[in-house]
Amino acid sequence: MNPSPRRLAALRAVLFTACLVPAARLAWLGWRGELGANPIEAVTRSTGWWTLALLAATLTVTPLRRLLGAPWLLRLRRMLGLFAFGYASLHFTTYLWLDQFFDLAEIARDVVKRPFITVGFAAFVLLLPLAATSTNAMVRRLGARRWQRLHRAVYLISVLGVLHFWWLVKKDVTEPRLFALVMGALLAARLWWRWRGPAPGRSVPGA
Amino acid sequence: MTHRQPAIAPSEITPRAVFEQRRALLRQAGLLGAGMATGGLLLPGTARANLAPRPSALSTTEARTPHKDVTTYNNFYEFGTGKDDPAERAGTLKPRPWTVMVEGECAKPRRWDVDELLKLAALEERVYRMRCVEGWSMVIPWVGYPLSELIRRAEPTAKARYVEFTTLLDPKQMPGQRAAVLEWPYVEGLRMDEAMHPLAILCLGLYGELLPNQNGAPVRMVVPWKYGFKSAKSIVRIRFTEAEPRTAWNKAIPGEYGFYSNVNPNVDHPRWSQRRERRIGEFGKRDTLMFNGYAEQVASLYAGMDLRKFF
Repeated sequence: MNPSPRRLAALRAVLFTACLVPAARLAWLGWRGELGANPIEAVTRSTGWWTLALLAATLTVTPLRRLLGAPWLLRLRRMLGLFAFGYASLHFTTYLWLDQFFDLAEIARDVVKRPFITVGFAAFVLLLPLAATSTNAMVRRLGARRWQRLHRAVYLISVLGVLHFWWLVKKDVTEPRLFALVMGALLAARLWWRWRGPAPGRSVPGA
Repeated sequence: MTHRQPAIAPSEITPRAVFEQRRALLRQAGLLGAGMATGGLLLPGTARANLAPRPSALSTTEARTPHKDVTTYNNFYEFGTGKDDPAERAGTLKPRPWTVMVEGECAKPRRWDVDELLKLAALEERVYRMRCVEGWSMVIPWVGYPLSELIRRAEPTAKARYVEFTTLLDPKQMPGQRAAVLEWPYVEGLRMDEAMHPLAILCLGLYGELLPNQNGAPVRMVVPWKYGFKSAKSIVRIRFTEAEPRTAWNKAIPGEYGFYSNVNPNVDHPRWSQRRERRIGEFGKRDTLMFNGYAEQVASLYAGMDLRKFF
């Protein structure tokens, strides 16, 4: 029950627009001066939250594909991953520019001394090669197997991302815990399938 | 330095909560016509309960953080951990009637009604810097008087080495207390000499009016040289103790929040730097000042103390 190319294109257009909504909302509120008393904090929080949400969405594709027996879902994954990277970039830029105002000495101190920044920074750096190798041409150049191995870094990235959030909050870890549960379940599903051996029938590259 | 005398004594001013209650009663009694006849006096916004505080030489002349920001960006976990939770959810708090029990190591323990506290000493406007431990700051025109005015009247004994402040415990009024984020009720404390310092005020108002609920109504502490969480809000008990009080954030994460928690740019929070701060409304960051800029007045309190150890 693969959707027709036209329906798939329409679905991707809808998803693309939906992924833009959080950024558009921030831009709109910012332009109207309605981001609250501490707009920079609000933008940092929101872009960070959406990075994690989109990472979780990206990691949901494979389990969902297996559970529903819908291999075509894979064709939405790249967009979700790139949007996760997009929000991570906005998040990082907010920190670099609006929060620290390119004070490189201060940033270096932060990265070395603040564990939550260290892990957040590491996660962002690890995202860079994944984004850079997201094109079809790069998949071909690397070969499916090497490409897949490289992109397993996303598991580490998601763990670091959740840690970054967890270590940042002062006391109330409700939201970080929620992300930890979701990411944990998504990673556990993979371990489970790996332990049970390859799925019956066809295997699609990209776990 | 001359002080402008308030035109109306604070005692003659009807607290907002009281007049709002009266208005509700009027409406309920179907006396809408009577209410409308005096509507000119009762319109919200025009009938603001101005506390008419006198100015203080201890106020800063820095630009004040807008009223809207001071009343919508708050840390008050009793109403939720989000910054906008208190403004959205503190409507459940009933600041009248309200009493504050003053007790412990003192000769004259006593229960004070908050309206008595409003008249206890001349109300002053104290425009203070407020530095949050999270790295942001504001300039806020508080209304109150030195806590020492109240302490004096209780006649603390020689055993009274500390003062402990307890916030209301009532999950009905403070829904955030249903979540065990901190150990409730919120407890804060000061050393006696800190509590007696002229900068430490018992605060009843903000921007010339009674404290809004989200800012710690009806009565709170303001200790401007310490991080914001040291200033207890919605206080129901003030107790003199011999032992150092066990304070809420210290109990929650002792390695990160010490009893003293003086603003200090040289002692980082374990997870973030305290060197700089973002003043709400400003774009860039500014340097954080030792004792939040009150070093001249308070540094002597800590002479000889290792502020890294006693953070």
